[in-house]
Amino acid sequence: MAGVGHKSHGKRHDKSHDMGLHAEQLTGRTQQRFFSAAEEENFTYPWAYDVDFDKTAEFDAEEMDSSAINLKIRELMQSGHGTITVKNPRAKHGVGVGILNRLNLKFEGSLGYFGCGLVDGPNIHISGRVGWSCAENMMAGKVVIDKNAGSTFGAAIRGGDLVCRGDVGSRTGIDQKGGTIIVGGRTGAFSGFMMQRGRMIICGDASKSLGDSMYDGTIYVGGQVEDLGVDCVPGEMNDTELKWLKTKLGMYGIEPACGIENLKKFVSGKQLWNYDNLEPAEKKLVL
Amino acid sequence: MCGIAGLIHRGKSADIGTEMTAMLQSLKHRGPDSTGFALYGNPTDNQYVMRFKVAEQEDMNKGFDIHRQIAERQKEVDHRLESLGVNVKRRNQATEYSHRYTFSFAGDMRKLADYVEDIDGVEILSIGEALELIKDLGDAAVVSEQYGLAGFEGTHGIGHTRMATESDVDIRSAHPYWAYPFNDVSVVHNGQLTNYWSFRRRMERRGHRFVSDCDSELIAVYIADRIGQGDDLEQAMNRSVDQLDGVFTYLVATSDQLGMAKDVMAAKPMVLYESDEFVGLASEEVAIRSIFPDEIETWDPYHGEVKVWQV
Repeated sequence: MAGVGHKSHGKRHDKSHDMGLHAEQLTGRTQQRFFSAAEEENFTYPWAYDVDFDKTAEFDAEEMDSSAINLKIRELMQSGHGTITVKNPRAKHGVGVGILNRLNLKFEGSLGYFGCGLVDGPNIHISGRVGWSCAENMMAGKVVIDKNAGSTFGAAIRGGDLVCRGDVGSRTGIDQKGGTIIVGGRTGAFSGFMMQRGRMIICGDASKSLGDSMYDGTIYVGGQVEDLGVDCVPGEMNDTELKWLKTKLGMYGIEPACGIENLKKFVSGKQLWNYDNLEPAEKKLVL
Repeated sequence: MCGIAGLIHRGKSADIGTEMTAMLQSLKHRGPDSTGFALYGNPTDNQYVMRFKVAEQEDMNKGFDIHRQIAERQKEVDHRLESLGVNVKRRNQATEYSHRYTFSFAGDMRKLADYVEDIDGVEILSIGEALELIKDLGDAAVVSEQYGLAGFEGTHGIGHTRMATESDVDIRSAHPYWAYPFNDVSVVHNGQLTNYWSFRRRMERRGHRFVSDCDSELIAVYIADRIGQGDDLEQAMNRSVDQLDGVFTYLVATSDQLGMAKDVMAAKPMVLYESDEFVGLASEEVAIRSIFPDEIETWDPYHGEVKVWQV
């Protein structure tokens, strides 16, 4: 459960302002964090399995249904396997969900709907495409997709990095509450709809109503923006952000065609929703 | 939530009966109420195929008299076809209440359709040189088995698995819909049309007939109306995206084209795969992957997008 520390000090305070977080710096698992698989403190669940990244396993999922695949992953983690490869997932739905553990997980193929949802901690690579609602409600970790993704990509994520190297559908990052979404190609309509926190980097074009009704958070776009949604306004890029963007995109070897320094920034105009003036107790209610 | 799927084999014929069955069966979770197929076979010169039903499946459990009634209805269909000068070449019966006639006819097809449907309890599912429209209650495997669709050779097809939301679970409310009175035009739809009733009244004033209260039927009627006014398929579909309210993704097929349209909110799913030999479309990738085991490049169309492929 996130706590709210509404007063920040010193460098941290300055950075939060520079990064567009104003004075409200969340603590706990909803905060923006730079995920590293080696950071033991990221994995705090007492029931998490003690896995060894050097202990590898792979299995063929062609004849398995979704629950059997998820059960198999859990069994392998239970026996200490820290690196698991799943072959032929064949676009099945709800695969790789609810993993609250350190894990290197690789899917050789495509996932269907709700792939990798509700995860907290794993480092997941998908060599194919993903369907709707990939990584919905992700808390922490990394999910990297090599091909395209469907709509509601990264809906309501709270942390971690969600990366699609190809194009994604509509409503990308709807209700995003933290973390970073990176799209290598273009994104569909209503991306960033009701976004509350976190960052979204779209290297290609953004379709209509970008950032519609967003509360907070930041969207960076490399290509053309068809039009802005209600209360989404252009923002001004600063050096801290530019440095962060270079670091973040560099981690995944992604560079927008326009160049990182030419990314356009969009933020909330805070005319529609504005909780910055609320008392801390009230903030807790709405967040 | 419903599931829709379509496929095109470019420039060749294949067992689309088996392929569409596999695609629709993998979408069963999106709608188990009924399943429908619009399959486009290889046409024979000057021969039409008419699929029609003389009762609903549920009627079969309503007393002993129904068997006599449906026999009489079929006899009346035969009588009326004969009176119009229709030369029926072959009669097939998939179930007691559904029939497939092959015939030649040089007259007015709309008059034929109206005259046949005037018989109480009789509904024409499709008329066309290539189109065969099959729909019934149950999942894809059940309907396919019942109507012997395995081995159906053709070039393209569309299909639907239905989760009934706004109308009954019966054959008349099942998809696909034939775009009466145009030969070989069929429609499947996933979504809800919010201006259905007002638009339906407008279409009825223009003389169109509706056989159900299912909002999806409006799309078939709308497309038929626009084609009747001189639009080509793509123009009609582009216009529909502006004029029909609600959330929808739908597919339309004709004897040589297959098109898809998505509403301006992009609220309903569609996944596409396209290669030089094949085009596959479905609500979920798992349907396309049911006939393509290897990894393929797929993508989602965007809001308000209309695409039409030539077969």
